[in-house]
Amino acid sequence: MERFFKSDFFYDFLRAPVAIISFCVVALLVLSAIFAQFIAPTNPFDPASLELMNGFTPPMEPNMFTGDVFLLGADDQGRDLFSAILYGLRISLFVGIMAVSLAMVMGVLLGLIAGYVGGWLDNLIMRLADIQMTFPSILIAMLIFGVARGLLPPELRYEMAITVLIISIGLSEWVPFARTVRGTTMVEKEKEYVAAAQLIGLKRWQIMIRHILPNVLGPVLVIATITFALAIIAEASLSFLGVGAPRTEPSLGTLIRVGQDFLFSGEWWILLFPALTLLALALAVNLLGDWLRDTLNPRLK
Amino acid sequence: MLVIIFRRLGQSILVLFIVALISFLIFRYVGNPVDNLMGQEATLAQRAALIEALGLNDPFYKQYFNFIWKALQFDFGNSYRGALPVSELIASRLPATIELAVTSAFFALVLGVIIGIYTAINRGGYIANLILSTSLIGVSLPTFLIGVLLIWLFAVELKWLPSFGRGDVVQLGWWSTGFLTISGIKSLVLPSITLGLYQLTLIMRLTRSEMLEVMRQDYVRFAKALGLSSKQVNFNHALPNTLVPVITIAGLQLGSIVAFAIITETVFQWPGVGLLFINAVYFVDIPVMSAYLLLVGVLFVIINLIVDLLYLAIDPRLRDSNTSE
Repeated sequence: MERFFKSDFFYDFLRAPVAIISFCVVALLVLSAIFAQFIAPTNPFDPASLELMNGFTPPMEPNMFTGDVFLLGADDQGRDLFSAILYGLRISLFVGIMAVSLAMVMGVLLGLIAGYVGGWLDNLIMRLADIQMTFPSILIAMLIFGVARGLLPPELRYEMAITVLIISIGLSEWVPFARTVRGTTMVEKEKEYVAAAQLIGLKRWQIMIRHILPNVLGPVLVIATITFALAIIAEASLSFLGVGAPRTEPSLGTLIRVGQDFLFSGEWWILLFPALTLLALALAVNLLGDWLRDTLNPRLK
Repeated sequence: MLVIIFRRLGQSILVLFIVALISFLIFRYVGNPVDNLMGQEATLAQRAALIEALGLNDPFYKQYFNFIWKALQFDFGNSYRGALPVSELIASRLPATIELAVTSAFFALVLGVIIGIYTAINRGGYIANLILSTSLIGVSLPTFLIGVLLIWLFAVELKWLPSFGRGDVVQLGWWSTGFLTISGIKSLVLPSITLGLYQLTLIMRLTRSEMLEVMRQDYVRFAKALGLSSKQVNFNHALPNTLVPVITIAGLQLGSIVAFAIITETVFQWPGVGLLFINAVYFVDIPVMSAYLLLVGVLFVIINLIVDLLYLAIDPRLRDSNTSE
């Protein structure tokens, strides 16, 4: 821990106000999502806590029937919007983190294999990556989502929606990881420590996982951050389009989808607050990713 | 040179066959063609007859080539919903998507290049910096949110522009166009801005960095030393050399415009192919999904091929067959 505080990395961090602010925003949002049940005044998923009379209460104004006051207003079903956003944030972040983890594990493994083993396996993996890169990842995610829906029996479609969402976004984002890791692995495998490991008779997978992997993780971290922003936006877009998180488990995208229906009748808060939360999250993660990329890139120093 | 072109062509055809394979696998194994053509009360004998008639007992490769052969004749089977031929559905919706994509690409390219040049020439200026930092928010803003916010401002609050649909369209043969009526053009404004904004920021940033790069070159310095006015230097010497990479990238972006059209079309209920696709995903309408994938695949492969060949035409260094690959 002390090593971390004395590192160049931490030194750079303290001198980059944009990075500090973005980090604080991300940390605040993540913490409020984790502790949602303690912060949120109501549980938005508990039908018993909902009072239909509270529907469409504007922010910070007492409801004309019940007198209840909501910090950010209430939605059409009288659900406290602040609570709904906290729980929605939790789903958005969960899907984002899981999708990035899936993409990362898959991309790093395939990249390691392609770079270290080489040969026809390398060719196969990289051609696959090329083909996938031809298509925008959001399109691939939609397609995987659709195929998964087709394969699942109808009664499971809603239950499995979040899992399917994670898999489709994860599978659509592995290519950048694989490409970077492959490149770094090809450089690393020529180094002496790998030759030494081969000499003492370690198995291939041991060399890959225990010796090469730790040395390729720097760039992976940068890609993970940038992909995380992409995954959050992809999740919100899919949910907004109605092919993501269902209304029973609303993510930020689903809340925005619901909010759009009430724009014309003047209930702007149902749309605005989830949208602002999403924007703050995406912007902060993007800025953090940009900063990480510049800091960890030795050529820019 | 010829070798490279043929190799590149071969790669494209291989990619097309793989895309067709995926499309076929989805069509054949995710959906169930028999269940969707026959009611529940069909007898086993009827089912077997249909399976035989559809060629579902044929060996895999034969079914695959049969699928491609039919696709080449624009026969993608019938939609599960409404039982209309998929090709008819797509043909009736294609004009809407193409008009939207072309308008927003045009908007993004023209405005992006102009703003990019402005920010490059006035580097460090107050307005240029403001534009640059605003563009960062533009990149983080998801497409659908841009659309919703535009609807809120221009359709709900100001009531200037319609919030959904194409307005009145005029039929020119099978092509329906919104360009010829006032309501059609008004309907086009918000969706094109929504779809083009991301590309605009991209093109703007690219134009700016390319322009700054070119302005550092010797020949621009010499042109200045020669006493040419800065207007002449910027527009006659720096700009043409900036535009080559910008136009290639813009061309590559055409593919992602088509993909993001799905989102824009949903926000504005624009009756295009993207809306058709997202409804197909929602209702698990497999033939439409499979046909859409094939269509977009062909489009993307052609775009990439053209861009690669253009590079080849522009940059002589790539023509040496030994250095490529």
